[in-house]
Amino acid sequence: MSAPRRPTDPSGLERYYVLTGGRSGPGGSASSLDVATLIVSLTAPVPGMQHEHEDILRRCRDPLSVAELGAHLGLPFNILAVLLADLLEAGRVEARDPIPAHDAGRGPDLALLEEVLSGLERL
Amino acid sequence: MDLNGFDHPGRPGGGGTRSVKVMIAGGFGTGKTTMVRSVSDIKPLTTEETLTQASAHVDHLIGVADKTETTVSLDFGKIGLNDSLMLYLFGTPGQERFWFLWNGLFKGALGAVVLVDTRRLASSFRAIEEMERQNVPFVVALNVFPDSEDYPVEEIRDALDIPGNIPVVACDARDRDSSRDVLVALIRHLKDRSPVALEPR
Repeated sequence: MSAPRRPTDPSGLERYYVLTGGRSGPGGSASSLDVATLIVSLTAPVPGMQHEHEDILRRCRDPLSVAELGAHLGLPFNILAVLLADLLEAGRVEARDPIPAHDAGRGPDLALLEEVLSGLERL
Repeated sequence: MDLNGFDHPGRPGGGGTRSVKVMIAGGFGTGKTTMVRSVSDIKPLTTEETLTQASAHVDHLIGVADKTETTVSLDFGKIGLNDSLMLYLFGTPGQERFWFLWNGLFKGALGAVVLVDTRRLASSFRAIEEMERQNVPFVVALNVFPDSEDYPVEEIRDALDIPGNIPVVACDARDRDSSRDVLVALIRHLKDRSPVALEPR
């Protein structure tokens, strides 16, 4: 390759490449992951597991959002999503998408909004 | 091997916890991060969203990153509403060039707060347009800065061309109670959007 362009952070990019095996985005079930999706571990880490996978399983014993995981692990969203896709496919974590205010075509979820409201009013 | 926390599948802690999200939008410098910070239970964190999210296929990261090394930072916080419901607040990037990301960002949100600096009304104009375009329910919060003039709310509503059914409230984004009240106004607004009101005309 001649005259390669210089990435701004080669060490970071190489790290991501290794972490994800060269994949730039998740497929399947993880492609709908949201920054507010909660990740919950379903199993304990097993020996020989990729370090980052192990780290995610440890941190998500209690539900943790994808955004928090990204901040704690120092990984951009779509790199993290690739790692989460592996864990989802292996049945090691569960992903719970944020609850929308209303389902398509139906009115607002009044019970949910009431719950949010009383939580806020207690602050 | 460390099995702590994994031996009780039905453990109450992680049990049925779910999340909801609210976006804090508005022009650059209108106080989005300040509001997230003042109302969050945790020290606000920053996560990065990369610009290549749409390319969900397996391809070579180095090549992709080469042309889109830009990342967008999202400041966020969370509020524990009760034992099993978390509210996540995300401050949207203020830079207009990142707005094309917003389709993904607003998906699944309950709604949005659009912050307005009354000294620079125009800076939030496009955020309001974007909420309308994407059909995101929102309230407008006038962030009152110490040197802001005291504009009547209706004057600002006219200037920003905000429809009559959208609440416009004044706030101090630095203040926890005041920011909380803006969120309360948003949720009340969402409740008011009854099924009847949402029926296509």
